[in-house]
Amino acid sequence: MTLTVSNLSVLRASRHLLSGVGFEVSAGQALILRGPNGLGKTTLLRTIAGLQPIYQGHVDMPEDAAVYAAHLDGIKSTLTVRENLEFWASVFGTDSIGAAIATFDMEHLIDRPGGMLSAGQKRRLGLARLMVTGRPIWLLDEPTVSLDTVAVGQFGDMIAGHLDRGGMAVIATHIDLGLGARAETLDLSQFKAAPEQKYNPNEAFL
Amino acid sequence: MNALLLRDMRLAMRAGGGFGLSLAFFLIVVVLVPFGVGPEMGLLSKIAPGILWVGALLACLLSLDRIFALDFEDGTLDLLATAPLPIEAVVSVKSLAHWITTGLPLVLVAPLLGVLLGLQSDAFYWIVLSLLLGTPGLSVIGTFGAALTVGLKRGGLLLSLLVLPLYVPTLIFGAELARRGIAGMDVGTPMSLLLGITFACIALLPFASAAVLKINLR
Repeated sequence: MTLTVSNLSVLRASRHLLSGVGFEVSAGQALILRGPNGLGKTTLLRTIAGLQPIYQGHVDMPEDAAVYAAHLDGIKSTLTVRENLEFWASVFGTDSIGAAIATFDMEHLIDRPGGMLSAGQKRRLGLARLMVTGRPIWLLDEPTVSLDTVAVGQFGDMIAGHLDRGGMAVIATHIDLGLGARAETLDLSQFKAAPEQKYNPNEAFL
Repeated sequence: MNALLLRDMRLAMRAGGGFGLSLAFFLIVVVLVPFGVGPEMGLLSKIAPGILWVGALLACLLSLDRIFALDFEDGTLDLLATAPLPIEAVVSVKSLAHWITTGLPLVLVAPLLGVLLGLQSDAFYWIVLSLLLGTPGLSVIGTFGAALTVGLKRGGLLLSLLVLPLYVPTLIFGAELARRGIAGMDVGTPMSLLLGITFACIALLPFASAAVLKINLR
């Protein structure tokens, strides 16, 4: 299984951000995306996830293989940690949340409502959600924001475990996750689109 | 899909979920009317079907912006859009959850409030029947309006302006069905039109809602 992106151009609010992006990620590999703020890392990840339309180029991967995680964790403040995770597990048709809880050391938080968690704990819950989806391709946008160093280590272990099981990850981050040779780094600055290219939205309804 | 339905109902029941708010609003609207038009029972029982219908419609409107706004703010909507469920199914399930937590309770308390308006007990049947057939359509139309305005800051008023005109056909035929039924007249025409509107909304609008939701998520 591979994720292949070829000659991809992405738009944000009809502004052309990146063009000609191409890379390939195969099973057991991670790709780290780098680039200055506002370059289009988030938009690129959203486009691969299918949340933004593709302007030009291709994204080739198996159907229903990718899961996306961004700045917002989708945590309901009135549901407990367990209920939040069990909801996503049943949406994705998997059943076990135990491994996800154990990875981030959240056993003592399991019956606490989402609204009572700190920012870092919410982030850990949001990342634990990735494990219960059971999907092989993880698209992560700044996953380590508000995590402490211990949790960053746990996150690195989680990614390494995911890669060991034949998974893939595309991660926009600026810190070193300790993945060694399994992570390639791609600097997106080289794909920055020329600023005057304006896109005219003529297909407003799809 | 069951998981999403259960989650939405659970969220509505928990603190701050808004369950009961619509019911209380419905109660207050109906209680205020006799203060406005005077305590004459003959007049009140005559206009009762219309009052109950308008009250139910406004109460339904109150909770519409919660359908998508909360899930949009905390990022759940993005995650649901990349989940294995089709967005059309997400939209339909959310309409159903809205109806179960708002429309159905309104239907069930309507006879009690009918007492306040001097309705005879044989009229309750028609009030409940007309609301039962009409309120699912209100939830589905409202979901469409909520999908249109998701992501707008303070889109609640715009949502009302968009949705209320779309509620007019349901209101006309729903109230007419109740009025004719109570008066012992033939109810075939308003009933078939009310059913037609409700079923057409349930069948077609989820696709429109899903399409606008996809655009709003970009």
